[in-house]
Amino acid sequence: MAPARARPAALSLSARRALWAYTFLALPMAFYVAVRLAPAASALVISLHQWNILSPEKPWVGLANFRELRADPLFWKAAGNTLRYAAAGIPAQIGGGLGIALLLQRVRRLRDLLRALYFVPFVTPIVAASWVWQWMYSPQFGPLTRIFDALGLPAPAFLRTPGQALYAITAMVVWEFLGFQVVIFLAGLEAIPRVYYEAAAVDGAGGMGLFRHITVPLLNPTLVFSVVYGTIVYLQLFTQVLNMTFGDPGGPLGSTETVVLYVYQQGFQRFRMGQAAAATVVLFGAILAITLVQLRSLSRPVEY
Amino acid sequence: MRRTVGIGWLVLAIGVALGGTPAAPAQPGITLTYWQYYFESKVKTMDALIKQFETGHPGIRVVQETFPYDSYNQKVASAVPAGQGPDVVNLFYGWLPLYVGSGYLQPLPADAFPPAQIERESVPMIKAAKFHGRYWALPTAVRTLALFHNKDLFRKAGIARPPLTWDEFVADAQRLTERDARGRITVEGFGIAPSGQDHQLIREVLFRQWGAAPYSSDGRKVTYDTAAAAEALGWYTDLVTKQKVAVIDFFPGGNGYRDAFVAGKAAMIVDGSFAIGSIQNSAKFDWGVAPLPRRTAGGTPSNFGSFWVNGLTVKAKGARRDAAAAFLKFLTSPDTERLWLRQVGEIPASKALAADPKLVQDPVYGPFIASLPYAHATFFVDESAQRTVLLDAINEVVLNHKDPKAALDGAAAREQKILDDFWAKQATR
Repeated sequence: MAPARARPAALSLSARRALWAYTFLALPMAFYVAVRLAPAASALVISLHQWNILSPEKPWVGLANFRELRADPLFWKAAGNTLRYAAAGIPAQIGGGLGIALLLQRVRRLRDLLRALYFVPFVTPIVAASWVWQWMYSPQFGPLTRIFDALGLPAPAFLRTPGQALYAITAMVVWEFLGFQVVIFLAGLEAIPRVYYEAAAVDGAGGMGLFRHITVPLLNPTLVFSVVYGTIVYLQLFTQVLNMTFGDPGGPLGSTETVVLYVYQQGFQRFRMGQAAAATVVLFGAILAITLVQLRSLSRPVEY
Repeated sequence: MRRTVGIGWLVLAIGVALGGTPAAPAQPGITLTYWQYYFESKVKTMDALIKQFETGHPGIRVVQETFPYDSYNQKVASAVPAGQGPDVVNLFYGWLPLYVGSGYLQPLPADAFPPAQIERESVPMIKAAKFHGRYWALPTAVRTLALFHNKDLFRKAGIARPPLTWDEFVADAQRLTERDARGRITVEGFGIAPSGQDHQLIREVLFRQWGAAPYSSDGRKVTYDTAAAAEALGWYTDLVTKQKVAVIDFFPGGNGYRDAFVAGKAAMIVDGSFAIGSIQNSAKFDWGVAPLPRRTAGGTPSNFGSFWVNGLTVKAKGARRDAAAAFLKFLTSPDTERLWLRQVGEIPASKALAADPKLVQDPVYGPFIASLPYAHATFFVDESAQRTVLLDAINEVVLNHKDPKAALDGAAAREQKILDDFWAKQATR
């Protein structure tokens, strides 16, 4: 390092540091704007046109695509299914993740190994996992059917039954994200200072009381993150659904159809980009609104 | 990097020295781009054909570019607005209305490709490439459906020959179906595949044999909302619900039915001639191909035909267009069709070749070729949407126990709307 040459400083040290930081931030920001925000904004423009990807003429149609969306029963089915995925998957994933994290926190031996094992599904390629799960669910050859047989219960058809297919896929998604949740919760739990528990214990608080009055409030930022992140994952569900019902994407009678799969089918199989963009805009609005509501209602400042 | 640039200059210098000297008259070199999806034997055969074509047409160079099958349609479609497309493009015939309707293809020049001659010399299904009274693309080869059957399983069940009628088919399927102690099917009599080829089988074979034309002759009206067609659909869904000789999604995946057949877990499947190669490569048992059964012995035969076509895009103008038309002419010549059959295993689109007794007698290709005169190619305007409509009707009956007539009436109404929307947009263009 050459010694700094003395010269009149135009900017204070902290201002210069900030300037450097902003300079470095500008590059990824420009990239982000170019590849993410600009295309996202163009979806809004496309949604107001009759935009057949092949056609040179792309007439302005105002809100016609949105009206058509409103009249399409498959879109409503996809929207309802997407909410069902979220309503079933998020509580299962967070409840399961928190439960396992609390148990793991109590054990010393094998904790790292167990944590790694829970995490494996999260780093498994989704497409490969989806195909393995299809075989697991096979009513003829799947191990799950054998379990039902052994218990003397009638084996369900899983992916071939409109009432079950959605939850069968949800179970696979929960399996995939459980390890991630465990790791997040373990980190959150480790961050809670032990002294609170000790102080409360001295005051005579029991297990459930400690959990309700110390763990849950102090874990609030982690919980909020998990709920918001999970919501976004489930509202954007696509790969698992497409691959688990590959011959008839969207499952028997559209029972596993999601909004993103609907967007894909409209845009890239039927080339109706305007319709696809309209569904995307609706989905964006829904995710934004739900996320804001969740952040408002779930975040609580905790003072101890 | 520097070395590459150096070599580039060297190559350019040699090129100038050899071809660019003033002594040789400057060739108005035209480079055409040809696109198809990647399928090894197709790509290799096309390379050989291009070499042959270039020898016969000095001054025209053809560059072949290929893309993975699963994303091919999207790739072509997204290249169009970007202005990157090829001059000659390979498309599934069922996509033609979308591509023609959007103005991406140009009609074939009528002097080089007179419609009357095309219809005289080609198998009848070719009419599905006619749109607004003109031809927009032509195939080298076509495909039809037939019944693949596992002869080992037939022998085991004591069945001497493949079924000739659908009644025999059901009886055979029942004898071929194997079940475990719980009554669960372990070997399907029929590898059912609504999302595979069966939706085509229902539309163009079963409906017609049961006495219901699926569409009006101009293809604009859905006409399968009849009692006869509902009976045909009921016969098909009964294979799952009543006869219990088939299980939908027995093997998972888009080609699960074929996988099950190859694994010896399905005794019969209905599949296209395009499946011959993969079955030949992977089936480890004695198998055969038989013509599709008929409703009654000696009754009306029918089949579903489909094909990939080569068309000229609007990018090819003036001299480029003439060069592209010459290339297309070459691709649809009898010599090319013969080579294509030998190398790729796809059956020729020309009537004369298809009538060749040696081909008709071939134990594997014969049943496919013999059905060419009565193979119908559905005029799809939105293939994926129209396919879903029929899949949903099948599922309504199989899963929701809906009456086949009601399910089919609903499907007809939905499909009619798809057709109407398409033609309404054509009219405003």
